[in-house]
Amino acid sequence: MTETIRMVPLEHYIILSLIIFSIGAMGVLLRRNMIVVFMSIELMLNAVNLLAVAFSSFRGDAAGQVFVFFVMVVAAAEVALGLAIMMMIFRNIRSIDINQLNQLKW
Amino acid sequence: MEQIIFYALAFVAIVFSALTVGSRNAMYSVLYLIVTFFAMAGFYLLLSAEFVAIVHIIVYAGAIMVLFLFTVMMLNLNAPLLLPRALLVRILAVIAGGSFALVLIAALGKAAHFTPVAPGASQAVGTVNVLGKMLFNEFLLPFELTSVLFIATMVGVVVLTKKEE
Repeated sequence: MTETIRMVPLEHYIILSLIIFSIGAMGVLLRRNMIVVFMSIELMLNAVNLLAVAFSSFRGDAAGQVFVFFVMVVAAAEVALGLAIMMMIFRNIRSIDINQLNQLKW
Repeated sequence: MEQIIFYALAFVAIVFSALTVGSRNAMYSVLYLIVTFFAMAGFYLLLSAEFVAIVHIIVYAGAIMVLFLFTVMMLNLNAPLLLPRALLVRILAVIAGGSFALVLIAALGKAAHFTPVAPGASQAVGTVNVLGKMLFNEFLLPFELTSVLFIATMVGVVVLTKKEE
Protein backbone atom coordinates (compact mmCIF):
# COMPACT_ATOMS: atom_id res chain seq x y z
CA MET A 1 0.00 0.00 0.00
CA THR A 2 2.03 2.92 -1.25
CA GLU A 3 -0.50 5.72 -1.57
CA THR A 4 -3.06 6.01 1.21
CA ILE A 5 -6.06 7.88 -0.06
CA ARG A 6 -9.06 7.31 2.12
CA MET A 7 -12.15 6.74 0.03
CA VAL A 8 -14.46 6.58 3.07
CA PRO A 9 -14.77 9.84 5.01
CA LEU A 10 -14.03 9.85 8.70
CA GLU A 11 -17.59 10.92 9.48
CA HIS A 12 -18.90 7.57 8.31
CA TYR A 13 -16.59 5.74 10.69
CA ILE A 14 -17.77 7.98 13.51
CA ILE A 15 -21.44 7.38 12.69
CA LEU A 16 -20.85 3.63 12.48
CA SER A 17 -19.16 3.65 15.89
CA LEU A 18 -22.01 5.68 17.34
CA ILE A 19 -24.58 3.22 16.01
CA ILE A 20 -22.75 0.20 17.38
CA PHE A 21 -22.19 1.93 20.72
CA SER A 22 -25.90 2.74 20.94
CA ILE A 23 -26.82 -0.85 20.12
CA GLY A 24 -24.58 -1.90 22.99
CA ALA A 25 -26.15 0.62 25.36
CA MET A 26 -29.57 -0.57 24.26
CA GLY A 27 -28.56 -4.14 25.03
CA VAL A 28 -27.50 -3.23 28.56
CA LEU A 29 -30.91 -1.66 29.15
CA LEU A 30 -32.86 -4.32 27.32
CA ARG A 31 -31.59 -7.66 28.47
CA ARG A 32 -31.83 -9.46 31.78
CA ASN A 33 -29.43 -12.25 30.99
CA MET A 34 -26.16 -11.21 32.62
CA ILE A 35 -24.04 -12.83 29.90
CA VAL A 36 -25.75 -10.83 27.19
CA VAL A 37 -25.28 -7.66 29.22
CA PHE A 38 -21.56 -8.43 29.32
CA MET A 39 -21.54 -8.97 25.58
CA SER A 40 -23.23 -5.60 25.08
CA ILE A 41 -20.48 -4.00 27.12
CA GLU A 42 -17.97 -5.69 24.82
CA LEU A 43 -19.79 -4.19 21.85
CA MET A 44 -19.51 -0.73 23.36
CA LEU A 45 -15.79 -1.18 24.02
CA ASN A 46 -15.34 -2.33 20.43
CA ALA A 47 -17.13 0.72 19.08
CA VAL A 48 -14.75 2.96 21.02
CA ASN A 49 -11.77 0.94 19.77
CA LEU A 50 -12.91 1.37 16.19
CA LEU A 51 -13.23 5.10 16.72
CA ALA A 52 -9.73 5.32 18.21
CA VAL A 53 -8.20 3.39 15.31
CA ALA A 54 -10.09 5.50 12.77
CA PHE A 55 -8.85 8.76 14.27
CA SER A 56 -5.34 7.38 14.65
CA SER A 57 -5.24 6.23 11.05
CA PHE A 58 -6.66 9.46 9.66
CA ARG A 59 -4.32 11.62 11.73
CA GLY A 60 -1.25 9.50 11.09
CA ASP A 61 -0.64 9.19 14.83
CA ALA A 62 0.15 5.74 16.20
CA ALA A 63 -0.69 6.60 19.82
CA GLY A 64 -4.37 5.87 19.23
CA GLN A 65 -3.61 2.34 18.15
CA VAL A 66 -1.37 1.75 21.15
CA PHE A 67 -4.20 2.93 23.33
CA VAL A 68 -6.47 0.36 21.71
CA PHE A 69 -4.18 -2.35 23.07
CA PHE A 70 -4.67 -1.09 26.59
CA VAL A 71 -8.43 -1.04 26.10
CA MET A 72 -8.23 -4.65 24.92
CA VAL A 73 -6.15 -5.61 27.96
CA VAL A 74 -8.64 -4.05 30.36
CA ALA A 75 -11.54 -5.63 28.45
CA ALA A 76 -9.96 -9.07 28.72
CA ALA A 77 -9.36 -8.65 32.46
CA GLU A 78 -12.88 -7.33 32.93
CA VAL A 79 -14.46 -10.26 31.10
CA ALA A 80 -12.43 -12.85 33.02
CA LEU A 81 -13.33 -11.34 36.38
CA GLY A 82 -16.93 -10.65 35.41
CA LEU A 83 -17.54 -14.20 34.27
CA ALA A 84 -15.94 -15.51 37.46
CA ILE A 85 -18.27 -13.35 39.54
CA MET A 86 -21.16 -14.54 37.40
CA MET A 87 -20.26 -18.17 38.09
CA MET A 88 -20.24 -17.44 41.80
CA ILE A 89 -23.60 -15.70 41.64
CA PHE A 90 -25.01 -18.61 39.68
CA ARG A 91 -23.76 -21.05 42.29
CA ASN A 92 -25.45 -19.07 45.03
CA ILE A 93 -28.82 -18.12 43.58
CA ARG A 94 -29.04 -20.57 40.63
CA SER A 95 -29.83 -17.76 38.22
CA ILE A 96 -28.07 -15.04 36.26
CA ASP A 97 -31.09 -12.79 35.98
CA ILE A 98 -29.94 -9.29 36.91
CA ASN A 99 -33.37 -8.47 38.32
CA GLN A 100 -32.83 -11.00 41.09
CA LEU A 101 -29.74 -9.16 42.27
CA ASN A 102 -31.67 -6.52 44.17
CA GLN A 103 -30.02 -6.99 47.55
CA LEU A 104 -28.04 -3.77 47.18
CA LYS A 105 -31.03 -1.76 46.03
CA TRP A 106 -31.79 1.42 48.02
CA MET B 1 -13.68 -0.73 -4.03
CA GLU B 2 -12.81 0.44 -0.54
CA GLN B 3 -16.21 2.07 -0.25
CA ILE B 4 -18.05 -1.11 -1.25
CA ILE B 5 -16.13 -3.13 1.34
CA PHE B 6 -16.74 -0.49 4.00
CA TYR B 7 -20.49 -0.34 3.50
CA ALA B 8 -20.83 -4.11 3.25
CA LEU B 9 -18.84 -4.55 6.48
CA ALA B 10 -20.83 -1.78 8.16
CA PHE B 11 -24.06 -3.55 7.23
CA VAL B 12 -22.75 -6.85 8.60
CA ALA B 13 -21.49 -5.23 11.81
CA ILE B 14 -24.71 -3.37 12.54
CA VAL B 15 -27.01 -6.28 11.70
CA PHE B 16 -25.04 -8.81 13.72
CA SER B 17 -24.59 -6.54 16.72
CA ALA B 18 -28.35 -5.96 16.70
CA LEU B 19 -28.86 -9.73 16.51
CA THR B 20 -26.44 -10.18 19.42
CA VAL B 21 -28.56 -7.91 21.54
CA GLY B 22 -31.89 -9.22 20.31
CA SER B 23 -31.32 -12.95 20.21
CA ARG B 24 -33.23 -15.03 22.74
CA ASN B 25 -30.64 -17.76 23.03
CA ALA B 26 -27.39 -16.70 24.70
CA MET B 27 -25.47 -19.23 22.62
CA TYR B 28 -26.62 -17.59 19.38
CA SER B 29 -25.69 -14.20 20.84
CA VAL B 30 -22.13 -15.39 21.34
CA LEU B 31 -21.90 -16.66 17.77
CA TYR B 32 -23.35 -13.43 16.33
CA LEU B 33 -20.89 -11.45 18.40
CA ILE B 34 -18.01 -13.40 16.86
CA VAL B 35 -19.22 -12.35 13.39
CA THR B 36 -19.35 -8.74 14.59
CA PHE B 37 -15.77 -9.00 15.84
CA PHE B 38 -14.58 -10.30 12.47
CA ALA B 39 -16.30 -7.36 10.76
CA MET B 40 -14.43 -5.07 13.17
CA ALA B 41 -11.16 -6.70 12.16
CA GLY B 42 -12.12 -5.94 8.56
CA PHE B 43 -12.49 -2.25 9.44
CA TYR B 44 -9.07 -2.25 11.05
CA LEU B 45 -7.59 -3.73 7.86
CA LEU B 46 -9.36 -1.06 5.80
CA LEU B 47 -7.78 1.58 8.03
CA SER B 48 -4.41 -0.10 7.36
CA ALA B 49 -3.99 -0.99 11.04
CA GLU B 50 -2.85 -4.53 10.36
CA PHE B 51 -1.35 -5.28 13.74
CA VAL B 52 -4.43 -4.12 15.62
CA ALA B 53 -6.55 -6.30 13.34
CA ILE B 54 -4.50 -9.41 14.10
CA VAL B 55 -4.43 -8.72 17.84
CA HIS B 56 -8.15 -8.04 17.77
CA ILE B 57 -8.89 -11.42 16.20
CA ILE B 58 -6.56 -13.25 18.59
CA VAL B 59 -7.80 -11.54 21.74
CA TYR B 60 -11.51 -11.18 21.03
CA ALA B 61 -12.43 -14.02 18.70
CA GLY B 62 -9.78 -16.28 20.21
CA ALA B 63 -9.73 -15.66 23.94
CA ILE B 64 -12.72 -13.63 25.07
CA MET B 65 -15.33 -15.43 23.01
CA VAL B 66 -14.02 -18.82 24.15
CA LEU B 67 -14.51 -17.60 27.72
CA PHE B 68 -18.06 -16.56 26.89
CA LEU B 69 -18.82 -19.81 25.12
CA PHE B 70 -17.54 -21.91 27.99
CA THR B 71 -19.49 -19.89 30.51
CA VAL B 72 -22.70 -20.23 28.50
CA MET B 73 -22.13 -23.97 28.23
CA MET B 74 -21.20 -24.39 31.88
CA LEU B 75 -24.23 -22.51 33.15
CA ASN B 76 -26.44 -24.61 30.86
CA LEU B 77 -29.34 -22.21 31.06
CA ASN B 78 -32.74 -23.43 30.10
CA ALA B 79 -35.13 -21.00 28.53
CA PRO B 80 -37.88 -20.58 31.18
CA LEU B 81 -35.27 -19.48 33.71
CA LEU B 82 -34.99 -16.12 32.00
CA LEU B 83 -38.21 -14.32 31.21
CA PRO B 84 -37.98 -11.30 28.91
CA ARG B 85 -38.44 -7.86 30.34
CA ALA B 86 -41.83 -6.21 30.45
CA LEU B 87 -42.94 -4.72 27.14
CA LEU B 88 -42.91 -1.17 28.48
CA VAL B 89 -39.34 -1.53 29.69
CA ARG B 90 -38.27 -2.92 26.34
CA ILE B 91 -39.90 -0.09 24.40
CA LEU B 92 -38.35 2.46 26.74
CA ALA B 93 -34.93 0.85 26.35
CA VAL B 94 -35.13 1.00 22.56
CA ILE B 95 -36.31 4.61 22.70
CA ALA B 96 -33.50 5.54 25.10
CA GLY B 97 -30.84 3.87 22.97
CA GLY B 98 -32.20 5.36 19.75
CA SER B 99 -32.38 8.88 21.14
CA PHE B 100 -28.87 8.44 22.52
CA ALA B 101 -27.64 7.67 19.01
CA LEU B 102 -29.60 10.61 17.60
CA VAL B 103 -28.14 13.04 20.13
CA LEU B 104 -24.59 11.85 19.41
CA ILE B 105 -25.03 12.09 15.63
CA ALA B 106 -26.60 15.54 15.96
CA ALA B 107 -23.66 16.61 18.11
CA LEU B 108 -21.36 15.35 15.37
CA GLY B 109 -22.99 17.75 12.92
CA LYS B 110 -22.26 20.65 15.27
CA ALA B 111 -18.66 19.60 15.87
CA ALA B 112 -15.78 21.43 14.25
CA HIS B 113 -14.97 20.06 10.84
CA PHE B 114 -12.19 17.55 11.02
CA THR B 115 -9.26 17.98 8.66
CA PRO B 116 -7.16 14.89 8.15
CA VAL B 117 -3.47 15.26 7.57
CA ALA B 118 -2.24 15.20 4.03
CA PRO B 119 -2.12 11.72 2.53
CA GLY B 120 1.40 10.41 2.70
CA ALA B 121 1.95 11.55 6.27
CA SER B 122 -0.15 8.65 7.54
CA GLN B 123 1.83 5.98 5.78
CA ALA B 124 3.34 3.39 8.07
CA VAL B 125 1.30 3.99 11.20
CA GLY B 126 -0.25 0.59 11.78
CA THR B 127 2.85 -1.54 11.34
CA VAL B 128 4.47 -3.61 14.06
CA ASN B 129 7.63 -1.53 13.74
CA VAL B 130 6.01 1.80 14.61
CA LEU B 131 3.66 0.39 17.24
CA GLY B 132 6.40 -1.63 18.94
CA LYS B 133 8.70 1.34 19.22
CA MET B 134 5.93 3.46 20.65
CA LEU B 135 4.76 0.76 23.04
CA PHE B 136 8.21 0.18 24.51
CA ASN B 137 9.29 3.81 24.71
CA GLU B 138 6.49 6.21 25.50
CA PHE B 139 4.04 3.65 26.87
CA LEU B 140 6.48 1.42 28.74
CA LEU B 141 5.11 2.11 32.23
CA PRO B 142 1.46 1.40 31.34
CA PHE B 143 2.59 -1.66 29.45
CA GLU B 144 4.31 -3.03 32.54
CA LEU B 145 1.37 -2.08 34.72
CA THR B 146 -0.91 -4.22 32.57
CA SER B 147 1.04 -7.28 33.71
CA VAL B 148 0.26 -6.35 37.32
CA LEU B 149 -3.38 -5.99 36.32
CA PHE B 150 -3.36 -9.43 34.74
CA ILE B 151 -1.77 -11.08 37.74
CA ALA B 152 -4.32 -9.47 40.01
CA THR B 153 -7.07 -10.67 37.67
CA MET B 154 -5.73 -14.21 37.59
CA VAL B 155 -5.54 -14.40 41.36
CA GLY B 156 -8.98 -12.90 41.67
CA VAL B 157 -10.53 -15.34 39.22
CA VAL B 158 -8.97 -18.35 40.92
CA VAL B 159 -10.10 -17.17 44.35
CA LEU B 160 -13.60 -16.37 43.15
CA THR B 161 -14.28 -19.62 41.32
CA LYS B 162 -12.71 -21.92 43.90
CA LYS B 163 -15.18 -24.31 45.45
CA GLU B 164 -15.55 -23.85 49.16
CA GLU B 165 -15.14 -26.94 51.30
